[in-house]
Amino acid sequence: MKIDKSQFYQVFFEETGEHLVEMERLLINLDINAPHPDDLNAIFRAAHSIKGASSTFGFQDLSQIAHSLETALDKIRNGGLKLKDEMLDLFLQAGDLLKIQLAGHRDGIKVDPDAASGLCGRLEKIADEESCDQRNESGGQESGIRSQEESLDSESSKQRANASVEGEAPKALPLEGATQAPVIDPGYGFFEDIYSDSDTEKRSKENSGRRATDNPDTGLELVGRRASDRSVNKSQTDTSSIRVSVNKVDQLINQVGELVITQAMLAQTAAQVDAGTYEKLQHGLAQLERNTRDLQESVMGVRMMPISFAFGRFPRLVRDMAGKLNKEVELRMIGEETELDKGLIEKLVDPLTHLVRNSLDHGIESLEERIAAGKDPKGVITLRASHEGGNVIVEVSDDGSGLNREKILAKAMERGLPVSGSICDQEVWQLIFAPGFSTAEVVTDVSGRGVGMDVVKRNVQAIGGRVEIQSKQRCGSRFIIRLPLTLAIIEGMIVRVGYEVYIVPLISIIESIRPKRSEVKTIVGRGEVVEVHGEYVKITRLYRLFGVASDLIDPTKAVLVIAESAGEQVAILVDELVGKQQVVIKSIEQNFQRVDGIAGATILGDGQVAFILDIGGLLALAREKKGIGVSM
Amino acid sequence: MSKIILTADDSVSIRQMVSFTLKSAGYEVVEAVDGHDALEKAKTKTTQLVLTDQNMPKMDGLTLIKSLRALPQYKSVPILMLTTEASDAMKAQGRAAGATGWLVKPFDPEKLLEVVKKVIG
Repeated sequence: MKIDKSQFYQVFFEETGEHLVEMERLLINLDINAPHPDDLNAIFRAAHSIKGASSTFGFQDLSQIAHSLETALDKIRNGGLKLKDEMLDLFLQAGDLLKIQLAGHRDGIKVDPDAASGLCGRLEKIADEESCDQRNESGGQESGIRSQEESLDSESSKQRANASVEGEAPKALPLEGATQAPVIDPGYGFFEDIYSDSDTEKRSKENSGRRATDNPDTGLELVGRRASDRSVNKSQTDTSSIRVSVNKVDQLINQVGELVITQAMLAQTAAQVDAGTYEKLQHGLAQLERNTRDLQESVMGVRMMPISFAFGRFPRLVRDMAGKLNKEVELRMIGEETELDKGLIEKLVDPLTHLVRNSLDHGIESLEERIAAGKDPKGVITLRASHEGGNVIVEVSDDGSGLNREKILAKAMERGLPVSGSICDQEVWQLIFAPGFSTAEVVTDVSGRGVGMDVVKRNVQAIGGRVEIQSKQRCGSRFIIRLPLTLAIIEGMIVRVGYEVYIVPLISIIESIRPKRSEVKTIVGRGEVVEVHGEYVKITRLYRLFGVASDLIDPTKAVLVIAESAGEQVAILVDELVGKQQVVIKSIEQNFQRVDGIAGATILGDGQVAFILDIGGLLALAREKKGIGVSM
Repeated sequence: MSKIILTADDSVSIRQMVSFTLKSAGYEVVEAVDGHDALEKAKTKTTQLVLTDQNMPKMDGLTLIKSLRALPQYKSVPILMLTTEASDAMKAQGRAAGATGWLVKPFDPEKLLEVVKKVIG
């Protein structure tokens, strides 16, 4: 029977990729002066695993680099070599090269074989350089044997390549009194002569009638991994999961979306029939609703991945950039296991990278400045992810110099942005998101490239999120990204304005009120407001904003939906509340263009199209066009 | 009833290849991700053969073999080591731990089946 090994390549690529990520993470976190033995062992094992698997699947270039790396790492692990900074760099480079070669094999691109040999040479050199007598000092018996094994291993693998060692090795077996292991075939052997050829023949004859189909369990244990499954304890999950292409998952999500719409349509129709006569139908529909919801939740779960997939790249980025900028920076990551939609994670990488670079470049001060300010010379950048209600919060914070209010304001005026000196900090910080607003030498005293924060804001908005900034001078800044859990389906409140219906995301709604006459006021500079629990909230008249004819224009007779986004509230004036419903978001941007204040559209149960309101967008509109709130 | 083989390897791709190969030949396969996992699985289900990698996290192959040999039901179950080397030192260690034999990595699926057939038919 011939088995095609290429069917396992995909798993090999993923597995090796994961080993490389893990190896890089461990290398970066390694304490150079006192590396933890567990970490060194784990790094060694990663290299060892890469070597073993790549040679098994015939990727000699990979196994060659991994082998050189393994040899050097083994020396360090056994105390034969002291870890140095330049070694770490070299190991990281080896990891990079492995990544490139691996990607080359995966995508069928030719890679430069000389790059590997050069690096291997350097790795071998450092391994040889100090292969001194320290080995036995710290090694202990076990590690002593190990290093011996590994050096033998390298020899034997070289010899295996020449196909000469297999027959010889067993002969040299120094086992006293043992039945000499018979050389049955190159590559394996037995310690006792219990499996003689005649015996084997008899056995194989006995079993010759067996087929794969004789084993009823064969198809049951599926091997491999679902893309979303690569969580921290993968060891427990990977034997009972399957790999599915993202396209299939997306298709499934779309179909569930349609099912949700159909179910809503049925529920709406059934609400009109007599409940007494059709009791069973109603009962069945209620059950359908429950089942649809469960199905939807499960399907959504398939797309969820831990955010560590986005965070994973930052330790290296921070290390490399901090080195270039001559700063000392520690990166802390909290809540890496927080799950969110795979699509969101992918789109989050760019804005996050921007923010982290920004914090490194402009946020964290230089060593001298930090010391002068009485701070710990080592700056801290924190990446934090968490769930908050139906949102995912992702934060990038630093303990650097913070944003400089005066300089931002000055710069904004220079740019001709409409600002006054009296606006609150929150509004000042938002100014740095204005297009073309260079943050260099303005926000902080550190010179450097200005990073386009407007791009960050646009990217985050494109995935339905918002960016908030908190900052305190000399203490640091915090950039908070709020994201929806998923892009596909939301819980919405249907509201009516004239003949139109709109959806307000339920997650944003705080309450709905009908105010008293005395609670509605017009304030100069802020427009029309309503007093809610002692706070004034701006009123946005939807009919005016979207040009819809409506008779209910008196707030005391209509309904005000108080909605919140990024800590700011808005009161949306609507005719009435129709009901709560799950809606499938259909993108307007993809099919038409971006419309301010509208997050998307959906199809309701009766086939009507309704726009989904974007509360953050409405707030921005209310700020820009104060007119829409002013009563006539 | 088909024979059950326990295979321990921390590499998913190698585990997949071993498992696929053995299943294609009609064996039932129990997979373990490291020595510790293998020992737990061996306790709940006695298998007719054990294939184990040497270098694994949590518990290595040699420790696994020693631990298995301490279990009454695994006194005489054949255990093969899959090892990247066939050095004398390694073999002596394998033998001392109680291994039945060894198979050098990298190996081809055909080679694996050949060895397994010799041991348990």
